[in-house]
Amino acid sequence: MASIGVLALQGDFEKHGQAIERLGHTPVPVKNGDDLKGCDRLIMPGGESTAILKLIERLDMRTVLSDFIGSHPVFGTCAGLIMLAREADRLPAPPFAAIDIRVRRNAYGRQIDSFVDTVTIDLDGQERKMEAVFIRAPKIVALGPGVTVLGRHGKDIVLVREKHVMAASFHPELTADGLLHDYFINKL
Amino acid sequence: MLEEQFKLKVGLAEMLKGGVIMDVTNAKQAKIAEDAGAVAVMALERIPADIRADGGVARMSNPKMIREIQKEVTIPVMAKCRIGHFAEAQVLQTLGIDFIDESEVLTPADEDNHIWKHDFKIPFVCGCRNLGEALRRISEGAAMIRTKGEAGSGNIVEAVRHMRRVQAEIKHVTTLDKHERVAFAKNIGASLELVQYVAEHGKLPVPNFAAGGVATPADASLMMQLGAETVFVGSGIFKSSDPEARAKAIVLATTHYDDADVVCKASESLGEAMPGVEISSIPENEMLQNRGW
Repeated sequence: MASIGVLALQGDFEKHGQAIERLGHTPVPVKNGDDLKGCDRLIMPGGESTAILKLIERLDMRTVLSDFIGSHPVFGTCAGLIMLAREADRLPAPPFAAIDIRVRRNAYGRQIDSFVDTVTIDLDGQERKMEAVFIRAPKIVALGPGVTVLGRHGKDIVLVREKHVMAASFHPELTADGLLHDYFINKL
Repeated sequence: MLEEQFKLKVGLAEMLKGGVIMDVTNAKQAKIAEDAGAVAVMALERIPADIRADGGVARMSNPKMIREIQKEVTIPVMAKCRIGHFAEAQVLQTLGIDFIDESEVLTPADEDNHIWKHDFKIPFVCGCRNLGEALRRISEGAAMIRTKGEAGSGNIVEAVRHMRRVQAEIKHVTTLDKHERVAFAKNIGASLELVQYVAEHGKLPVPNFAAGGVATPADASLMMQLGAETVFVGSGIFKSSDPEARAKAIVLATTHYDDADVVCKASESLGEAMPGVEISSIPENEMLQNRGW
């Protein structure tokens, strides 16, 4: 049983916690640097990336998070993907640059443009369809040579991995399918 | 399709959890709110304390002002429409507002009916004073519930009353057997289906936020500890002597609501909070929370 940290400054960290529990592991809400100490992995949840980045700066958590991200498996969803990216637009502080992608925030539009649709996931050479929830979602507009594409919605790249860092532009924590959390916890 | 819509609406409410939603009346204030770490802003023409002071009919904000705020910030922008005024809600949907508050702070347009919110693609938040009111709004399609509190009062007592009432009724429902749930649903005027959901899950089917009277970091911490999942701050920020510092402090206190050290530090070196009013000094017919049912 692994201890999975979930950054809990703001956002849908509870939903990630529930997904982790369904797989028989222990979610650890991370609200300060010390909370990371017993964690094996970290999830950066959905939420408002501007608000979360502000809080990280104000609570002096950048260095400790940066160190953890550099040495442990990390999974970011939506706002989490934005924070892990190399580059994203209109942020109050630089993202963590843990994965070589460039991201455009709210790329589909406002809430009225949010949608649920089927995406194609390929984690191990076997294609699978999955329901995905996109809420004011970002788009990956460029990716570096080290980045592997693990999922697409039509032409759009929606799930990527580089070494021990994985990121999705949608919210696997809002659907019952535990495939991505299982992959993150057991195979990444 | 309906289920998908509901997932998207509640999904956005989930993203706002643990944050602070701030009332703003122009683009400049919206920027201050975003810089302070707000998760969303509520665009309105006058903040509740001024609506209370000025009197007259309070309506949906001017679309031009809303557009300016949308241009200024990247966080979600919410706006209020009058209770029952579905045409105002249609206008807000056309503007691409991210969340609509069908709010008792504005002058009600329909004293009998609330908006049938299922007709909209945009999620709605509605106020409540008790579980029955919360479940009626959810039946109509609300994707988020907040306490009504007493907006513009700077006094937390009504928000506490409403949050405690909802939580106490939720606890009570979980102790009822199947036979008793039917009578309970009848008594509180809510659908049996939703009462069953609450009985089985011990919580509302949508996020439950706090609003109406939050003025200090400790107020925010109190509401979070009572079970709120996010805090709306209306007049409390821009009616204080130092909006920027206060906005930041309330954000910190909401994230670390269970850490008194952080709440203490956040409360230091703040100027004057908004003055606030004693609830008993507000005439019954001027109580905003009595609007809607």
